[in-house]
Amino acid sequence: MISLSHVFKRYAGGFEALRDVTVTIEGGELVLIMGHSGAGKSTLLKLMAAIERPSSGTVLISGQNVAKLRPAALPFLRRRFGIVFQDHKLLYDRSVFQNVLLPLQIAGFDGRDAARRARAALDKVALLDKEKAMPITLSGGEQQRVCIARAVVHRPAVLLVDEPTGNLDEAYARNIVELFGAFHQVGVTVVIATHDRSVAEQLPARIIQLGQGRVAA
Amino acid sequence: MASLLSVLVIAIALSLPVGLYLGLSQLQSFSRQISSAPQLSIFLGLDGDSNDAAAIDKRLSAHPDVGTYRFIGRAQALSDLKRSAGMADVLDDLKQNPLPDAFVVTTRSNRPETLEALRDEAKGWPKVAHVQLDSEWARKLDAALRFGRSVVAVLGVLLAAALVAVTFNTIRLQILTRREEIEVSKLIGATNPFIRRPFLWFGALQGLAGGILAWIIVAMAVHLLNRDLRVLAELYSLSFRLAGLNLPDAIGLLGSSALLGWLGAWLSVTRHLWQVGRQ
Repeated sequence: MISLSHVFKRYAGGFEALRDVTVTIEGGELVLIMGHSGAGKSTLLKLMAAIERPSSGTVLISGQNVAKLRPAALPFLRRRFGIVFQDHKLLYDRSVFQNVLLPLQIAGFDGRDAARRARAALDKVALLDKEKAMPITLSGGEQQRVCIARAVVHRPAVLLVDEPTGNLDEAYARNIVELFGAFHQVGVTVVIATHDRSVAEQLPARIIQLGQGRVAA
Repeated sequence: MASLLSVLVIAIALSLPVGLYLGLSQLQSFSRQISSAPQLSIFLGLDGDSNDAAAIDKRLSAHPDVGTYRFIGRAQALSDLKRSAGMADVLDDLKQNPLPDAFVVTTRSNRPETLEALRDEAKGWPKVAHVQLDSEWARKLDAALRFGRSVVAVLGVLLAAALVAVTFNTIRLQILTRREEIEVSKLIGATNPFIRRPFLWFGALQGLAGGILAWIIVAMAVHLLNRDLRVLAELYSLSFRLAGLNLPDAIGLLGSSALLGWLGAWLSVTRHLWQVGRQ
């Protein structure tokens, strides 16, 4: 469960990305955060993943107040999330397989078990035949699927997705969104930030509408 | 490539104090050897005869501070001198023996006070022309070498700092090229120790490689210097040659170079993580 109450987020320079946001996401929910670019969707996701801290207000993740967490405990909190980044954030100096392996290495899985899980995740996104490829040789959509495989490989309880359909053609986008639906089906909490109306039409999700840093009623 | 250069810089920085340390510690043990049994030489006047020598002999045998002593007659001293270091030609030209009778005395205790007291006492004895404390120059050399060792220690500390700085910089460059990896790893839950680990290994290994190279440099320098040193030592009828690093010293060198590399890497990564964490 992720719960934000009266959260404000101001960046250096005075830009106020979020204003008095109160949102609760229950375990197992499928939630869309919708709004125009600049509405604060990405910021909201970053606060939910404890990547950023609120300027004021409280963020509770599984009952833990992020602001009061020791810095050393933060990495363990983050391992509960899988994050699909808008810009993928793949490492271009290692293969697809190595990219997907990274979260397991970080979590300390042993080699053989990790390799098995990494292949299973690649299979799920239909990229098993590209495991030895370098990310730079893949298309944008394929790179995003690598990012998804990396986000789910350690079986996180929560999947946070930032603008998944941004620069994909329609058929490809439907495919990807379907994939998130499937993860939700097996019990993963899925939160997707998007400006794309068609995602809302495709998924039976609760919608949180953001506008200029505020939650619209 | 940059890393090979760093190893070279580290090796040179290390081999300088290590080489000086080697040279000094061996000169020191050499000088200790000489000064370990300090001796008093008592020279009689040239006008003294065997009766005078016998009188001194009696005094010495009765003296409580005297351990052992031996008499070197003027004739024996001359033949000893002729045997050594090509002096025969010079001495053969002399019309008479210029050397006095002498006693070489070893005291019961090696304390300088005892030696000096005996020297002052012996100076007052009849027919004694000169008393010399043989160990004095060795003690002066020893003191000079001790000063040299402090110089090496100061140099060592400075160059150790240089090693840390060099490693710090190499690791900083590595971090720059692996920025994204660090960022992504942190985002998906890597702890700081997990991120530090590979850099610490690299720093320690680089330091170790520098240490090994320094060991080789010192060994080669010792080998080269010994050639010239042997010629020099033969001129002085001495057998003195430099030895390479012994095993405990070598282990100390490698261990501390690895440790300093590790420290440089730790400082570098910790600084980076701190900067990232502040954003």
